[in-house]
Amino acid sequence: MLDTPTLTKEEICKPENLVYSRTHLMTDAPLSYCPGCGHGTIHRLIMEVIDELNMQADTIGVAPVGCSVLAYEFLNIDMQQAAHGRAPAVATGIKRLMPNKFVFTYQGDGDLAAIGTSETIHACNRGENITIFFVNNGIYGMTGGQMAPTTLPKMKTATSPFGRDVETMGYPLKITELIAMLPGTYFVTRQSVHTAANVRKAKKAIQKAIEYQKLNKGVSFVEIVSNCNSGWKMTPVESNKWMEENMFPYYPLGDIKVPQ
Amino acid sequence: MSKTKDIRLMKGNEAFAEGIIRAGCDGYFGYPITPQSEVLEYLSVQKTKERTGMIVLQAESEIASIHMVYGGAACGKRVVTSSSSPGISLMQEGISFMAGTELPCLLMNVVRGGPGLGTIQPSQSDYFQAVKGGGHGDYKMIVLAPASVQEMYDFAKLGFDLAFKYRIQVMILSDGAIGQMMEKVELDEQIPRLTDAEIIKKYPWATTGKTADRERNIITSLDLNPVKQEIMNRKFQEKFKRVEENEVRFESIHCDDAEYLFVAYGSSARVCEKAMQLGRDKGIKIGLLRPITLFPFPYEEVARLAKQVEGILTVEMSAGQMIEDVRLGANGAVHIEHYGRLGGIIPAPSEVLNVLEENFIKSKVYA
Ligand SMILES: Cc1ncc(C[n+]2csc(CCOP(=O)(O)OP(=O)(O)O)c2C)c(N)n1
Ligand code: SF4
Repeated sequence: MLDTPTLTKEEICKPENLVYSRTHLMTDAPLSYCPGCGHGTIHRLIMEVIDELNMQADTIGVAPVGCSVLAYEFLNIDMQQAAHGRAPAVATGIKRLMPNKFVFTYQGDGDLAAIGTSETIHACNRGENITIFFVNNGIYGMTGGQMAPTTLPKMKTATSPFGRDVETMGYPLKITELIAMLPGTYFVTRQSVHTAANVRKAKKAIQKAIEYQKLNKGVSFVEIVSNCNSGWKMTPVESNKWMEENMFPYYPLGDIKVPQ
Repeated sequence: MSKTKDIRLMKGNEAFAEGIIRAGCDGYFGYPITPQSEVLEYLSVQKTKERTGMIVLQAESEIASIHMVYGGAACGKRVVTSSSSPGISLMQEGISFMAGTELPCLLMNVVRGGPGLGTIQPSQSDYFQAVKGGGHGDYKMIVLAPASVQEMYDFAKLGFDLAFKYRIQVMILSDGAIGQMMEKVELDEQIPRLTDAEIIKKYPWATTGKTADRERNIITSLDLNPVKQEIMNRKFQEKFKRVEENEVRFESIHCDDAEYLFVAYGSSARVCEKAMQLGRDKGIKIGLLRPITLFPFPYEEVARLAKQVEGILTVEMSAGQMIEDVRLGANGAVHIEHYGRLGGIIPAPSEVLNVLEENFIKSKVYA
């Protein structure tokens, strides 16, 4: 242990001792996410980057249905709430008509890879100049933990109570690998935010995905494999461990497509 | 010196497409379907990006089209999609979301016969879907019913004006006959598209990027607080009421001395106009009431005429949908019959006149 002097609470709060503060691009509204859930961290990272790049006035965000449906309560930017699965179409409409704005979607795995698969693939295939943040927690969080297209084999959910049987329920969809094959995507990466080191890496990836949009080269796509401790019925710590042991082997972290 | 008029021979669908360009449209998103594919084809040929800066995009589905419209409309842009019946069915969730967020837009339904894949022939069987709110929730759209190629053109501008005046969705309920037929159209001068600065000034609710001088703009229909959700819904209802009070449009022909009345819109009104002339040639005093707005419906005019005439025949290319509104307007004051052809058949004027005579005149003689 380093020999640090013990500070009182009052001293810690003094402006000169401030080492970190929340970006003003996060509002004061208390996050509605379950304690331990990754959504809050991901929100913060995106807002920090937009703040650091001084892009608040240039940004229009789209959050469809899922646990993050209320993202507009927390993000201090202009936002549109979209129907379940349709965010890439909504973002297309925005970006085509407002080409100088930074336009992003923030979607869950049920949203992006089940009901909205068509919109996802076609927006990527058209090479829309948008940025997609894809939060993959392998489950439908908002509606109470039903099976998602990304649910792992044998994984138990409310609608696969005996475990996902791939013979009858299909296989976990690696949609990120799928869209990386399309010429319309420019940057495709998979990250996580469950450790401090991963948070730093994810932030770098988010920054690239935001800055690349200015190049007009197509979709930048950041998947974040995240936990749903409530839906998985685990403590936050257990869920992160389970994620490392089970999700990462199936959804390996790292860049999938980087600009040539 | 007035300039020479710009008059052209055009298909209904093309006239609508030209109408939206000239009305300063910013974006069109659509998916091909007969009998309205000419809209997207015409716009594609027109090189709108060069002409006015208007964006035209073929979407992967009608679902995508309507949500692209949503995104653009939420930025305060003048946006349009068009389709025909099955495609409009697919759009209903998106239209409902636009109602819940009060986003202005222009929608064209060149109606074909259903249910199901039905037929590509003209029909008027989507009246209920358009007028009574086809998607989920309590909402109404303004519904305009063109009866000529000129109106296919004119209603583009009118539709945009109404959409932005009330922050409401405007649907032009046309049909395969009006969409496909050719007539002469008188065109207006190009209205310039709004600049982004003008949009920010005119539509302060639009998501144009949060600047320091205002709070962030949020486009959402969600409110989980039942009290707030009710307040929001009451506000919508008040708007629909204002629309009903101010925007009723209809055309009445020979109604002053009419003893019998046709009520018909769109293609059917064209048929009835001819049937009315045939009847008048025989000495039967027939009038025609043509609703131009289907929502708001001209209930008061129907009520007035119901007290004057001896019988009303509604003519629709459906099993009888608008007749319910005519009955509401007449409120039992007069005998009302429906005549309709289904499956894409357009009734002939003589056929319609015959039905009127059979129902009201012959029955009167033998009564
Ligand atoms: C058309 C439609 N179908 C179903 C729903 C219900 N619904 C809301 S969120 C959701 C699943 C969301 O899961 P996901 O996208 O994985 O996000 P998460 O909640 O896990 O963050 C469903 C099925 C809906 N809102 N709209
Ligand atoms: S249900 Fe799952 S995804 Fe939703 S907030 Fe809770 S932990 Fe997060």
